[in-house]
Amino acid sequence: MIDRRLVENFDWYIIWVLMAVVAIGLLSVYSAVYPQIQANPARNLFLKQVLWLSLGFVVMFCSLLVDYQQLKLASVWLYGGVLILLVAVLVVGRDVNGSRRWLEIAGFQFQPSELMKVVIVIQLATYFSSQEVTPHPPLRQLIAPAIMVVVPVLLILAEPDLGTAISVLAVSGTLIFFMGIRWKYLGAMFLGIIPLLVPVWEHVLKPYQKRRILILLRPDLDPLGAGYHIRQSKIAIGSGMLWGKGFLKGTQNKLHFLPEKHTDFIFSVWAEEWGFIGCFVLLALFALLVVLALRVARRSKDRYGSLLVVGVTSLLIWQVLINIGMVIGLLPVVGITLPFVSYGGSSLITLCLAIGIIENVSMRRYVFQMR
Amino acid sequence: MKKKRIDNLQLLNWELTETVVFQKQYLLLGGFAFLILLIYILRMWHLQVLQGASYRYQSENNRIRLEDIPAPRGIIFDRNGVPLVENRPAYHVLLIREDVRDMDQTLRELARLCGRNPADFWNVIEANKQTPRFVPLRLASDLDRDCLARIEAHRVRLPGVVIQLEPKREYIWNGTAAHVVGYLSEITETELKGEQYQGYYAGEDVGKFGVEGAYEKYLHGKRGGRQVEVDAIGRRMRLLDEVLPISGRNLWLTVDIELQRKAEELLEGKIGAIVAVDVNNGAILAMASKPTFDQEKFIRGLSRDEWQALSRDPDHPLLNRCIGANYPPGSTYKPIVAMAALKEGVLTEQTVFNCPGFLQFTDRKYRCWRSHGHGSVDMERALVQSCDVYFYQAGLRLGVDRIAHTANLFGLGEKPGTGLNGELAGLIPTAAWKKSATGVPWQKGETLSISIGQGFDLVTPLQMAVAYAAIANGGNLWQPHIVGRIEGGSSADTAEIKGTLKRKIAIDRRIFDIVRKGLFGVVQDDRGTAHGIRDKSVLIAGKTGTAQVVRIADGVDFKVAARALKQKDRDHAWFVGYAPADNPQIVVAALVEHGGHGASVASPLVQKIILTYMANGAKNHSK
Repeated sequence: MIDRRLVENFDWYIIWVLMAVVAIGLLSVYSAVYPQIQANPARNLFLKQVLWLSLGFVVMFCSLLVDYQQLKLASVWLYGGVLILLVAVLVVGRDVNGSRRWLEIAGFQFQPSELMKVVIVIQLATYFSSQEVTPHPPLRQLIAPAIMVVVPVLLILAEPDLGTAISVLAVSGTLIFFMGIRWKYLGAMFLGIIPLLVPVWEHVLKPYQKRRILILLRPDLDPLGAGYHIRQSKIAIGSGMLWGKGFLKGTQNKLHFLPEKHTDFIFSVWAEEWGFIGCFVLLALFALLVVLALRVARRSKDRYGSLLVVGVTSLLIWQVLINIGMVIGLLPVVGITLPFVSYGGSSLITLCLAIGIIENVSMRRYVFQMR
Repeated sequence: MKKKRIDNLQLLNWELTETVVFQKQYLLLGGFAFLILLIYILRMWHLQVLQGASYRYQSENNRIRLEDIPAPRGIIFDRNGVPLVENRPAYHVLLIREDVRDMDQTLRELARLCGRNPADFWNVIEANKQTPRFVPLRLASDLDRDCLARIEAHRVRLPGVVIQLEPKREYIWNGTAAHVVGYLSEITETELKGEQYQGYYAGEDVGKFGVEGAYEKYLHGKRGGRQVEVDAIGRRMRLLDEVLPISGRNLWLTVDIELQRKAEELLEGKIGAIVAVDVNNGAILAMASKPTFDQEKFIRGLSRDEWQALSRDPDHPLLNRCIGANYPPGSTYKPIVAMAALKEGVLTEQTVFNCPGFLQFTDRKYRCWRSHGHGSVDMERALVQSCDVYFYQAGLRLGVDRIAHTANLFGLGEKPGTGLNGELAGLIPTAAWKKSATGVPWQKGETLSISIGQGFDLVTPLQMAVAYAAIANGGNLWQPHIVGRIEGGSSADTAEIKGTLKRKIAIDRRIFDIVRKGLFGVVQDDRGTAHGIRDKSVLIAGKTGTAQVVRIADGVDFKVAARALKQKDRDHAWFVGYAPADNPQIVVAALVEHGGHGASVASPLVQKIILTYMANGAKNHSK
């Protein structure tokens, strides 16, 4: 099945850069859960993370065996299947902190909303690569993709999981933009939505919902919750200074000042212990990863491959930008993880699949294959 | 070969038409990502290099902490504004381990100041080993003033020790209305995770019983907090931000504390319940259950032994007998059967039966309480003298299901709906119920038993009070309520709670008049079973009841048997009455467990409550 040609075109640079990011992630997670491991060695989140990563890599390499062209056929089924899971999670999901995101199957817990991030890319790429759709598509060709995006986004918002909903929207937006959106549509959308905001704000939203949105934009309105977390996060990052405090020497993180330090706020753990230098290296690695991925997209043999790679790359870009932005206090705090660094199984598997898609397109970029 | 060509064409097609468009997009996407990452790098430079030293200082010397500001719970007043529960300040000793220099010495010093054993403190610390070290641990609760003063004086030498102020419940009339007011206890781990207690914190008290439990969401309020900067020994340096707590809402009960105290005084030394209800809106005026319990104990924190002693006490002091205990209604059920018989038309006011002291049915003799019989009795006399044989006859003509239908109309067999925890629905049997519950079909002889409120019949005192209120007011079945007003706290508006009419009972007015005439005679007629409580000032009407706990074998004399029975086998004494008979305002149900005769034991209690209410309660009420 896999011939020499395929192996030759496998992009090892992506894997090396990814390995470096993963190493940083493991160091950070270890440091973040270190006090917990010491207190209770039975519940070792670090080992769990290593297990998830190994599983993720197995999934990634298995996915390479299938030509991505097959995804065109499978797309509708994948999309429909994940939609059903999203409905199921609302019905039989497990409540954690007031939201239903987790589905438990045979003892394994996972978030179907994470899968939707990749599946929406496959679905949109399939749609946009069909013969009828041209670059700079007219409005009537944008109605179907709009529905494809809005349905899962509403289901995810109902859980509620704002972070993932934003990811799905951002990724879809990037793909639509990539197909070349006409400026007049953007303008019309802008002008159409703005006048709606005021009445919705005044009449539809309940006071507690308004408060939540306001807190999102201005964390200082919630000094006991989000505001406190941001302040602690900034102290942790700032106190790292140029060279950092050193591995396992971070204090903010040890004292449990940081909420969700091993998931959403993992970057501040890294920043505290490795300083500006560490942050720079991590951001540079992410930038390199994006460049390498976009190179694969550019070299792809067909529109479908390009769209797939651009979609999953934009997923990577958006998660990195939103996560780091919120941790350093530039963006509102929404629950989005840092790719390959944050703790979390569903997210890792999804991202490994994303890298798998990039490599898949890279491997099969030459048309002339002898079988 | 053909396939190759198709692919080749695709490639050409792709390159020619689209590369130009997409080439630009790659640059835009990559450029966008780079631009943002560059901004982030600059921000990081700002945070870590330019301001790094300041943040490093904050992380090492000054620490930002969250402090709780507990919200005061709503106050509970009686109907006239007399407070039943207030808040008092309680002082706790907290320890922030991170700030402690020498743990051993600090704990020893603290133990000396509080007069406790340092080992107790070590236990707390041991138990919380996994809690982060900056989280305050509560070492001692509710310090007395002297101890507080001593600690305050030595605080400089005790880094890490913090005194926390928390409003605590204070029961002004401890033990009085304990079942109505209820109690609090600390929220449990499982409750914290539950839907009902979203936004609650560990260590908070939540209402568990009585009004404290039922109205938790109004009383609780919302705690606030402040973000403060503290120095190396935990002293507050600067207030960064503050969210003020929102106090809980105050409740005005419908209960009159004077009447409540009178009721509890009357029950002193007995096991039983008295409940008084406003006939015209279902407001509960008094709800007494004995024995009662010490609410303060719950505030101080019950020890395991104390809790077990309370919950395993054979007299069940924690049980609110007015709503949470089922009793056979005995003869107090007869007015309901009379209603059913008149409504269904199986009897009229004039129907007369002969009572020879028993009714022979199949092979058994069903006895009347008066062994030599009542002679010939009509409906009114049957109620006045509580003739069992008359109601056996009524029951036989009605059948079990028609009795149940009327009883259900009067709210028997359903929860009254006060919202208090532990309300029981009682039991009004039907043929279908018995078949499904026991598998045995209904026996006709059982109809005789339930006609006089024995057998399967079970009711609570509150249900009886509400049912009699409906008899007294001509068919308005009210949903009893205990809170009359909710005010203050998070909202400026005051919610007045008027009674809710559950249903208008569709029975002819004349039937009500007939039954009421009988109930009037019970007290006012010289032959009435409760004529002993007749009082010139107020016209009382009502019905006695003596609910058998143990059936006495055929052929044994009742009076002899009653004397021979042990306390726990003696009958329950009932009286349910209302007054004034011509314009009913208050209905009172009294039950004394194993009290013996309703007429001699329960009816004087009801009389005294009614007299107290008419003397001063009515005056307050009309305000």
